[in-house]
Amino acid sequence: MNKINRRSFIKIAGSAAAVGAVGFPSIAAAAGKKRVVIVGGGTAGATAAKYIRRADASVEVTLIEPNKHYYTCYLSNEVLGGGRKMDSLKFGYDGLAKHGVTVVHDTVTGIDAKGQKVTTKGGKSFGYDRCIVAPGISFVDNIKGYDQAAMEKMPHAWKAGSQTALLRKQLEGMADGGTVLIAPPPNPFRCPPGPYERACQIASYLKQNKPKSKILILDKKDKFSKQGLFTQAWDRHYKGMIEWVKAEDTGGGVMRVDANAGKVFTEFDEYKPDVANIIPAQVAGSIAKTAGLTDDSGWCPVAGKTFESTIHKGIHVIGDAAIQSPLPKSGYAANSEAKVVAAAVVDLVNGREPGTPSWVNTCYSIVAPNDGISVAMVYNLVDGKVAKVEGSGGLTPMDSSPQDRAREVQYAYSWFKNITSDIFG
Amino acid sequence: MSVNKSLAVLLGCGMMLGTAQLSAAPTATMLADTCAGCHGTDGASVGPASPSLAGMSEIYIVDSMKAFKSGERGSTIMGRIAKGYSDEEFQLMASVFAKQPIAITSQKTDAAKVAAGEELFGNNCEKCHDERGGLADDDAGILYSQWLPYMQYSMEDFMGGTREMPKKMKKKVEKLSDAEIEALLQFFASQQ
Repeated sequence: MNKINRRSFIKIAGSAAAVGAVGFPSIAAAAGKKRVVIVGGGTAGATAAKYIRRADASVEVTLIEPNKHYYTCYLSNEVLGGGRKMDSLKFGYDGLAKHGVTVVHDTVTGIDAKGQKVTTKGGKSFGYDRCIVAPGISFVDNIKGYDQAAMEKMPHAWKAGSQTALLRKQLEGMADGGTVLIAPPPNPFRCPPGPYERACQIASYLKQNKPKSKILILDKKDKFSKQGLFTQAWDRHYKGMIEWVKAEDTGGGVMRVDANAGKVFTEFDEYKPDVANIIPAQVAGSIAKTAGLTDDSGWCPVAGKTFESTIHKGIHVIGDAAIQSPLPKSGYAANSEAKVVAAAVVDLVNGREPGTPSWVNTCYSIVAPNDGISVAMVYNLVDGKVAKVEGSGGLTPMDSSPQDRAREVQYAYSWFKNITSDIFG
Repeated sequence: MSVNKSLAVLLGCGMMLGTAQLSAAPTATMLADTCAGCHGTDGASVGPASPSLAGMSEIYIVDSMKAFKSGERGSTIMGRIAKGYSDEEFQLMASVFAKQPIAITSQKTDAAKVAAGEELFGNNCEKCHDERGGLADDDAGILYSQWLPYMQYSMEDFMGGTREMPKKMKKKVEKLSDAEIEALLQFFASQQ
């Protein structure tokens, strides 16, 4: 019984601490509190909000996000493959509220760096000591004819949600023997292995249900992430189903679409696929540009240590929107950057020098029901810049055993459950 | 050491410091927070396969990470990530997880197997995995309520030779059938 008591004590102690944390914000709503406003409630923004409160519950954190729910892009390719339901990608903000984050569902229309305030479509204004901007991506008009209406016919499905559901519906409606055209974007873009995992997931569905069908990938690049491993997977699991065409061979990939006619054009050729998944080039989410946080590349330059904008002081940009290379534009990296910035912001509002950062990234791709691959890397700060730790990380070996590949799928699911609970729980 | 040699060493150090600016080590929390993406917030994994680290002893975590890093303990991805950290950093991370309470999981287990496992536990495992696998001080990890797939992978690795079994464990395990091992793992997984 003694053994049980020790454990029970820990549980009781834990609950008491939790009650304390919940009780605190209402008491401490007095003046003189440090205020942080976070723009965007995706992976980066939501993580930052939670981790600031974890580090210092006296900091008032307001997170402004237009949507009531967030759909993760990661694992959304499994919805296309038919192995996952949209609902499993859906997360709300109740968890953040429990950490004492004030969640406001509104659209940010301006950030005044000098006046240190954020204004919204709903007519509200939020003053801040530090602002964190995590707006994700927006699309560039690099493919002629690919406008809002065309997106409803040739979905990009690169922001998860209704676009993902639409692409899945089109795949379900396609007859056996049809062609699915995937047009991946040029670098840099969200989730570098994503288009190629997508090809695997769609092929997995087609193989089982419409085996005479084909997938044609018309790329804007001449090489891509995890290329050796993906090519191996296509050969191993979907032989003859997937054709990848590099940019060089088409004079630069897809240039134009005629969504009404169902046509896709490269410089020299015309295609009429049964399903077209057009993924445009990307830049930082539009509020970043409005707020003057972007440079000529369309992305946001930041300092390596704190991800503070090098254009506007007091504003930190994290996640896909930041120029964070060599960190990739991935969910894990966004979560990792957010924690480093949360710690830095807590230090800064308390008048302390931010500590030494440490980042990590892991990207899983599920290429077949029992075949998972990954790339990982540890990052540190060298001469004020994000750098890869030499000798760390790397890819799943090409010759790893089927047993290890099956484990990587289970670890991918574990990653999904743990990271989403780390962000929203 | 000759004067010349010492001078060369001193100069060498000076140059190293000059080329790359060395920062202070990240804090323990900074390092441990990077693990949460796969192992859960504060090392309490919500499953289904990556293990909870919460409550494991510092010695066990540091030894495991060193073994992952050197390749002595096989892995899919942990070894690749372990190569990014120093022993001191492992120690810092471990200090955070060692302070956490054991994570209690809710897993589907088979009552008959759990009962069989409980009996086997007393005769085979208890000496090193005390308190139903929940005692950190035995430096044998935390099996109490640990995720079943992780423990199954671990046993596969022990049996397959990609992870070295302690001698005492080997003697016991050799006498157990696959069904008995599974019963034991179900017993650990079922602990609340």
